[in-house]
Amino acid sequence: MASHSENHYFVPHGSIYPALISVGLLSLASGFVFNVTGSDTRMDGSIKNPALTYLATPGKYMMYLGLAIILFMMFKWLSSVVTESLTGQYKKWEDKSFRIGMIVFICSEVAFFAAFFGALFYMRVLSVPDLASYAPDITPYKDFLSTWPSQGPGGTVLGESYKPDQAFHPMSWSGLPLINTLLLLSSGATITWAHWGLIKNNRKQLVIGLFLTIALGVTFLICQAAEYHHAYTEMGLTLKSGAYGATFFMLTGFHGFHVTIGTLMLIVIWLRSIKGHFTPEHHFGFEGVAWYWHFVDVVWLGLYIFVYML
Amino acid sequence: MSTTTVAHHDEHHDHPTGIMRWLTTTNHKDIGTMYLTFSLIMFLVGGSMILGIRAELFKPGLQLMNPEFFNQLIGVHALIMIFAALMPAATGFANWMLPLQIGAPDMALPRLNNWGFWILPPSAILLTLPFTLALFGVGDGALATGWTFYPPLSVQGGIGVDFAIFAVHLLGISSVLGSINIIVTIYNMRAPGMTLMKMPMFAWGWLITAFLLIATIPVLAGAVTMLLTDRHFGTHFFDAAGGGDPIMFQHLFWFFGHPEVYILLLPVWGFIPQILQTFSRKPMYGYKAQVYSLWAIGALAVVVWAHHFFTAGMPVPALLYFMYSTMAISLPLAVLFYCWIRTMWKGSMSFETPMLFTVGWIILFGIGGLTGLVLADVAADAQYHNSYFVVAHFHYTLFAGGIMGIMAGVYYWLPKMTGHMYNEKLGKLHFWLTAISFNVTFIPQFFVGLAGMPRRIPDYALQFAEFNMISSIGAFVLGLSQLLFVYNIVSCARGGKKATDQVWEGAQGLEWTLPSPPPYHSFTEQPVVK
Ligand code: HEM
Ligand SMILES: [Cu+2]
Repeated sequence: MASHSENHYFVPHGSIYPALISVGLLSLASGFVFNVTGSDTRMDGSIKNPALTYLATPGKYMMYLGLAIILFMMFKWLSSVVTESLTGQYKKWEDKSFRIGMIVFICSEVAFFAAFFGALFYMRVLSVPDLASYAPDITPYKDFLSTWPSQGPGGTVLGESYKPDQAFHPMSWSGLPLINTLLLLSSGATITWAHWGLIKNNRKQLVIGLFLTIALGVTFLICQAAEYHHAYTEMGLTLKSGAYGATFFMLTGFHGFHVTIGTLMLIVIWLRSIKGHFTPEHHFGFEGVAWYWHFVDVVWLGLYIFVYML
Repeated sequence: MSTTTVAHHDEHHDHPTGIMRWLTTTNHKDIGTMYLTFSLIMFLVGGSMILGIRAELFKPGLQLMNPEFFNQLIGVHALIMIFAALMPAATGFANWMLPLQIGAPDMALPRLNNWGFWILPPSAILLTLPFTLALFGVGDGALATGWTFYPPLSVQGGIGVDFAIFAVHLLGISSVLGSINIIVTIYNMRAPGMTLMKMPMFAWGWLITAFLLIATIPVLAGAVTMLLTDRHFGTHFFDAAGGGDPIMFQHLFWFFGHPEVYILLLPVWGFIPQILQTFSRKPMYGYKAQVYSLWAIGALAVVVWAHHFFTAGMPVPALLYFMYSTMAISLPLAVLFYCWIRTMWKGSMSFETPMLFTVGWIILFGIGGLTGLVLADVAADAQYHNSYFVVAHFHYTLFAGGIMGIMAGVYYWLPKMTGHMYNEKLGKLHFWLTAISFNVTFIPQFFVGLAGMPRRIPDYALQFAEFNMISSIGAFVLGLSQLLFVYNIVSCARGGKKATDQVWEGAQGLEWTLPSPPPYHSFTEQPVVK
């Protein structure tokens, strides 16, 4: 039940931004399809659809166009939200809507990561051991052992042959990943410290806390880039390295993507804090981002345990 | 202060008119209307596609199309019917009716609401574009894997699979946005005094639907993303050479896919009891039992998925578990059936079109549920899997249980939405034509399925010829009858006998206290529920 004193709920005026974002999405998605169709290669490096290579370039531009539309419209949309917030349109009742909405959204993100964790567990516990457990006289995978990390037994599928890389090494849990864990954990602390500052109306603590959080986030991303570089150039570990490569890069990659989004959102609320937005009582914008950041943090812990350590 | 001025402002200044009204609207009724209209259009598009299939299957042998195109039509038909016809129809009703039923001024997140709708047309374009592109020599048409995207076929497939993957991504975003909005609206916008257990059943149905969507749509998004990287970026999720497994896709897909069938039906189970109580002129039977049953079905829905691929091979304990858990769903479902029938029991019933559709719905959906029990039996399913028996089963659940339920809702609420009564004679004619031709179409499919006719194959053995011919004739009558539906809706929107506020003599609930049609902004002051 709505526990509210005001009887009026704020219903914003019509807005063209959502429809235009959808146009951007259409352009981005179809551009992507044209681009990959035109530029797809086989394992041996040959072009997959020689007759369609002319699609690659227009596809690329459609993607850029779509992305530009989406970003610009999101910017416009968010600015009108900020304006509405600053002019006092959002009161307790509206605020509660945003809170519930954000929680539900984060739940949906959890489900998205669950799919990739599910794939990791499935491969590790079921499909890799299964492939190694055929009876010796009929198995197509003679010397394949059920170990993890695994690149799979190799073989020819759909006319393309895949051979596990001899130089392959799995990522270890110490070194960069450990540093990254410490970075993200401390960023969770700094954002909470910033929140305390906001509640005590200590603006300096708020701004500094946010700045530290952003700095930690950016450092994390730099470390991750270094880690990927190392994997590709020295460890023979790529997206194409069978079960391990696929799950490693898709899980950490989507996580890194979320860290990037989170960092951008942090930058936005940092700039807003500098401008004097948010009050001790009224700062859903801040809290929404903080929740998101903690969510990204928790996903990392899951990654660290299940992808790196175990 | 400012909100008061805004509401004031809204009432007295013009809204944008013409196309801009619809592109920019944040009004739940406008958005509901767009959802419902889109759904109706896509219903006709998806329906025409499948008439092409029935024409091909009219006689054995290949007559009209090559097998690839045949499969493309089947896959796109299913994706359109599920994601672009049924789901938007349910969301359209949620938009129109939830705020009215719970006494809210609007949906909680109006701009997001608008976005949720406007993602749909681009997704429909993505789904159907490959057909057009093929005409210009780009690619070989839409996806030919059926709506289930199974690898390795979907990894091999052409440009159509990519387009379908992105269509599913966009449709998924739309569903997640819609669900967020509905959950927030239900938790935060109810009229003072309306506790959860006083909520209209439709709100309960949708609340659980929204939870299921939030839990499963992202998993589908993850699964098709893996498909995309397998196709283009060299991952081996579904490829044994790299340690992956095509069957893993089936797990991920059906983790979404089975809850999806309840996502399609729970909103209908919400408003069906409301229609029943209106036309039986007595309160619905077993409100609490129904609410708990809906929860039980929602919870069981996410733990039974592997019954869709018993034959793919799995350990015997897994077979047993998925068999028994699937069968367990029929228990809460039986409670619902009991409550629906008890609501009618000894009521003073009358049979206007919505009630006709509802009673027909109970019987036909019942057949769908019972044949599902047959399929859930591992030993029996070994024979029936991938046969026309499955096709008939899910059309009894999805066409009868889904679409015909939606039609009941349309006739029930159309007078409220438009302010006019529809043509009752035409409505009844539409019902009888639909119900009869539906059975003519799908009963024969049970028989050919039991006898072993596989699905998704454009040709068949001579022994199936008569039944297929009957089925095709039924399908064409069924398709043509829907033109009556369209005509009735359009003429009702245009004019007709004025509807009263209560519309139906026995109608209960807040939406019937408002004028028909309700004002553009309803419940700017929330009513108090005792
Ligand atoms: C007690 C109720 C139900 C049971 C026990 C049940 C069981 C099953 C089983 C075991 C299958 C797999 C058959 C096979 O492929 O071999 C199946 C397929 C299917 N069911 Fe049900 N079902 C029930 C209700 C429903 C409902 C309510 C819906 C939809 C609203 C539905 C929609 C479908 C669909 C769409 C398929 C086929 C999917 C495909 O392969 O494309 N079912 N059902
Ligand atoms: Cu199922």
